[in-house]
Amino acid sequence: MTELAAEKAPVVTAERTGVINWDSLPRRMMVIYVPLILFLLTLLFPFYWMVITAFKPNAELYNFTDYSPFWVSSPTLEHINRLLFQTDYPRWLWTTMVVAVSSTVLSLFVSVLAAYAVQRLRFKGSQWVGLAIYLAYLVPPSILFIPLATMIFKMGLYDSPLALILTYPTFLVPFCTWLLIGYFKSIPYELEECALIDGATRLQIMWKVTLPLAVPGLISAGIFAFTLSWNEFIYALAFIQSSEKKTVPVAVLTQLVEGDVYHWGSLMAGALLGSIPVALIYSFFVDYYVSSLTGAVKE
Amino acid sequence: MASAATVWDGRRPEQSWLSRKLDDRRVLAALFMLPVAALLFTFLSYPLGLGIWLGFTDTRIGRDGIWIGLENYIYLFEDSVFWLSVFNTIVYTVLATVLKFALGLWLALLLNHHLPFKSLIRAIVLLPWIVPTVLSAIAFWWIYDPQFSIISYVLKGMGIIDTNIDFLGEPWNARLSLIAANVWRGIPFVAISLLAGLQTISPSLYEAAMIDGATAWERFVHVTVPMLMPILAVVLTFSVLLTFTDFQLVYAITRGGPNNATHLMATLAFQRAIPGGYLGEGAAIAVAMIPFLVASTIFSYVALARRKWQQGGRDD
Repeated sequence: MTELAAEKAPVVTAERTGVINWDSLPRRMMVIYVPLILFLLTLLFPFYWMVITAFKPNAELYNFTDYSPFWVSSPTLEHINRLLFQTDYPRWLWTTMVVAVSSTVLSLFVSVLAAYAVQRLRFKGSQWVGLAIYLAYLVPPSILFIPLATMIFKMGLYDSPLALILTYPTFLVPFCTWLLIGYFKSIPYELEECALIDGATRLQIMWKVTLPLAVPGLISAGIFAFTLSWNEFIYALAFIQSSEKKTVPVAVLTQLVEGDVYHWGSLMAGALLGSIPVALIYSFFVDYYVSSLTGAVKE
Repeated sequence: MASAATVWDGRRPEQSWLSRKLDDRRVLAALFMLPVAALLFTFLSYPLGLGIWLGFTDTRIGRDGIWIGLENYIYLFEDSVFWLSVFNTIVYTVLATVLKFALGLWLALLLNHHLPFKSLIRAIVLLPWIVPTVLSAIAFWWIYDPQFSIISYVLKGMGIIDTNIDFLGEPWNARLSLIAANVWRGIPFVAISLLAGLQTISPSLYEAAMIDGATAWERFVHVTVPMLMPILAVVLTFSVLLTFTDFQLVYAITRGGPNNATHLMATLAFQRAIPGGYLGEGAAIAVAMIPFLVASTIFSYVALARRKWQQGGRDD
């Protein structure tokens, strides 16, 4: 949009005030493309480094003089092999998947009902409830994990994935509800009124009119919830003790380091494999993701 | 038409008591709010209160504590490690936030131009935000390796340094390394959010400014920045909140070392509470973060209110 403005610039100002012509190619190269490419390279480099390390044989990994560190001469699957067959990695992946999917489903169910009640049923004081849910999002896990740990222990859920499934919604639900309130707001209320006049009950309206229209919103809330629970760290670190029940982020950090020996190849392979599920989901839904991320911020 | 009118008697078909109740707006609203209320009260409000209470007790792992008043806080007040963690948290938050916003705004301005491969670029930009923090932190851990750091290798190759940089062994090196990793992870969110803000600015404002003879810099200062202010304030609040309470990055890369030099309040709370077993003391450290969080939330609310006022809207 600024481009549109910039194109018209020379007509008005170029001759008199000497405004620089932004469309000249060399200048455009210098002020836009060069910094942009530097940004992209910096943002991508750690991933490149992760991938290259995961496939490097140890001989190359620790020898920068004979091999260029930026490339793999003879790629190996040794690290990935070790990860998959000599550690509990597949189980960690499975646990993480179960926890992430269960807490996402639970959060979506709770959030849809809450968002619908706040935005569409509009009871007395519903805007305050909306504000309270927004405030709940501002309570960070860093100050909740200690009291939650004592509660989890008393409830007998310590060292059980159920502890994570029940506590993750505390940060998922506020966010999803907030996002869905915004999404429901964008669905014309007239559609519901029509259905009401046609004699549909409120439950039917929600189930057959509003929810089908809200599917994109539900998808983005679901992706957010899934990625957030996949990435969660502090609760999983505090509430789970036995190795085989850990989630991927915690397990990679605590189980793959044996004493002082860092198996960098396996560590990087673990980080890489653990990133793939979220990266895949995200790449399919990047447009939903961006629009809801920015939409939620603008709300 | 006349026959239709005789068939429809103007009333809904008779319903059972249950379905009538379910169709009542207030009953349904109460029913729909029930799960969220139960969940948030049990696992959010209650633990928040419990945490504040724990801060006044000497609870340890496996043993219920008794009320000891301000003893934890008095102990922390004289604890130099606690004050070091407060100092670190503030340095970490301020430096990382300033850098994130300066670079993020720059990136947003770059992305706001007409570019080829727009969606590919956007996907790349968001990648650091998507990937689990701990897993990318492990990549940084390896990048900061004292012996095999790629940064040291490149700088040595360019003849800038002679010996490897000890990224995580020296207090200030370690702090700055963590800040760099945090900035790297935070830029995407700032850039994409601000880009959305930039795209809502009407081009006619820029045209008007140009007709008045404003230079590019003047247009940026007098049009872009004020128009971006509301969204900037919201993103800033979130970013400050997340950075201030950050735990994962520090725990993954340094675990508070070397010699407690990089402990943030969150990591110190964890250290004292879970491996250390002093739940009461850990809770007190966590509670000490609350005043900062409240301050930034109020800032957010004021900024939001101001935004509505600017747009001529009313509170809803």
